[in-house]
Amino acid sequence: MKPFTVLETPACPLGLVNVDTDQLIPARFMQTPRSQGYGSFLLHDLRRDANGDLRGDFPLNNQRYRDCGIMIARKNFGCGSSREAAVYVLVDQGITCVIAPSFGDIFASNSIKNGLLPARLSESEIEELLAEASVIDGRPIRVDLANQKIVAGNRSFDFEIRADWKKQLLNGWDDVDMTRSYAKDIEAFVAADAGARPWAKPALQG
Amino acid sequence: MTKNLKAKGPQTIIDKIWDAHTIVTREDGDCLLWVDRHFVHEGSHHGFAQLKARGVKVARPDLTFGMADHYVPTRAGAELQQPADTRRMIRQLQENTTLHGVTCFGEGHSRQGIAHVVAPEQGLTLPGLLIVCGDSHTSTHGALGAYAFGIGASEVAHVLMTQTIWQSRPKRLRLRIDGTLAPGLSAKDMALSIIAKIGTGFAQGYAIEYAGSAVTGLSIEGRLTLCNLSIESGSRLGMVAPDDKTFEWIRGRPFAPQGQAFDAAINDWRKLPSDADAEFDRELALDASEIAPTVTWGTSPEHAAAITARVPDPADEKIEVKAEAMREALDYMGLHAGMALTDVKVDRVFIGSCTNSRIEDLRAAAAVLAGRHAKVPGLVSPGSATVKRQAEEEGLDRIFVEAGLEWGGAGCSMCVGMNGDIVPEGERCASTTNRNFKGRQGKGSRTHLMSPAMAAAAAVTGHLTDSRALLEGRKS
Repeated sequence: MKPFTVLETPACPLGLVNVDTDQLIPARFMQTPRSQGYGSFLLHDLRRDANGDLRGDFPLNNQRYRDCGIMIARKNFGCGSSREAAVYVLVDQGITCVIAPSFGDIFASNSIKNGLLPARLSESEIEELLAEASVIDGRPIRVDLANQKIVAGNRSFDFEIRADWKKQLLNGWDDVDMTRSYAKDIEAFVAADAGARPWAKPALQG
Repeated sequence: MTKNLKAKGPQTIIDKIWDAHTIVTREDGDCLLWVDRHFVHEGSHHGFAQLKARGVKVARPDLTFGMADHYVPTRAGAELQQPADTRRMIRQLQENTTLHGVTCFGEGHSRQGIAHVVAPEQGLTLPGLLIVCGDSHTSTHGALGAYAFGIGASEVAHVLMTQTIWQSRPKRLRLRIDGTLAPGLSAKDMALSIIAKIGTGFAQGYAIEYAGSAVTGLSIEGRLTLCNLSIESGSRLGMVAPDDKTFEWIRGRPFAPQGQAFDAAINDWRKLPSDADAEFDRELALDASEIAPTVTWGTSPEHAAAITARVPDPADEKIEVKAEAMREALDYMGLHAGMALTDVKVDRVFIGSCTNSRIEDLRAAAAVLAGRHAKVPGLVSPGSATVKRQAEEEGLDRIFVEAGLEWGGAGCSMCVGMNGDIVPEGERCASTTNRNFKGRQGKGSRTHLMSPAMAAAAAVTGHLTDSRALLEGRKS
């Protein structure tokens, strides 16, 4: 995975609360193989009106934020279903950082696996950021993961991220390779566990 | 890298199971945990694709089980009408599990059904196990004292390849619900009223232990419903300490230990409940007697209220962001502030899903529907082929059909609409499911969450209804 270090790009002020993963990608698109790209499904139904036309008043449809690589939302972003496709739609659209006061646990964990930074600011800081002229105008803002800083115009914010996730994003680590380096520990665990919990195996196969 | 050698004082059930599964503790605190059961479904194809890309096999096919639930048809003859892409999803699960030597309860299998219904009923879910599945409602299995949580596709791939998962230790929340639920109420009312009270983000980062007399008083089916909805308060997992009720419920189930092995297991399981002085990071106590039959009115599970209440007014909400979300929800739902919830007319009902499709749920709905006729169409989808057979033995299917409802097959069905069973655009559905998100049951669908008895009552009257009124004088 590509390491995440510094991102400098316009940020889309989405501003919604409780953006659930059913909004991020409606279930009916999830049969699509990933190789076809998921970007066009991002917030598919919210972006469109009853006739299926793109709503002019929806931030993501605004020309200013067309090439945004960051999204700013209010609390509980990515709540709901565990679908990792909710991260694919963002990443495939070129958005690799979401800034919000809080995230759905599974969404946040899925983000890390796909190199997307879920950066947390307080609710009041989010309000300030959403009101910041450089954000509104669609000028690039800067997200620096190593220093946990967001700089927008003349304003600077310190964001929060779990230390282990930060390290993983900065290094672009792959979980599976890391786990394989513990093969001996896993073997030892399995051997000891067979005696400790004989009931843990399914009594029946098939 | 150090093993966890910290001296252990009194521990919670959460810590006990965590420690029993810890293989390695990394310097940053993350632990590599052993996974006892992994359930895969049609949506797990992203995970299998990652295995294919690396050219590796499933590490422990004996601990992995395939369950066809999200895309399987749940209406008679519907498989012929399903689009090719949907059929491919179902076939792919069968092919992937066959390729890797994984047992699969696929379409048409006698044990098929929703993973979170099937695994407990087959004895695959046991106290003290660590269980994962690429589905957020995996928290359901916590009802039997398992440590169970939903994971994403990359984690699915990781578990398939290594039978382990990296996690950071969650904070611990104990939610005590003491007192007695009023007659005619269910675990669904309990869960929805909890979420309405604490909000959808409250438990983020926490593992929940549900405790208290109202929780232990629930049947196992009720506990499964309660734990199922943990994710709707933000928590990846919720659990109930196993007790004699749990053990007796599991005894004799096909994949559970049998005979002496089962008795030996019980001895171990009795050590699982939280120690008396165990400390939680957060404690919350609620009174069961304050719980009323609960329905949702908006587009988030926290938008819930007692059936006797009125649609709330966003003008009364002091926090502007919340008020705006309420206005938007009411607009989407086509409701206005101040109207009585019982005046909300519904277009159809759905009884099913991993939340409420077990035999007890179907009995509760049938108790309301018996001898009555539904004013609106509806689909009843049993949670598994096993539940379906049992319901038919009890004659519940006839009650539903005579009431004018459709008796379907087992799967996730109209809860998420992936199999094509959707609520048409603009229609309003009284639903026993878990999410009332915009478009959840199909584009433009409007969902009201409630218990099986309440959904049955809405079917009979054509509007949201206090089911207790329809149960008066009937044996419950």
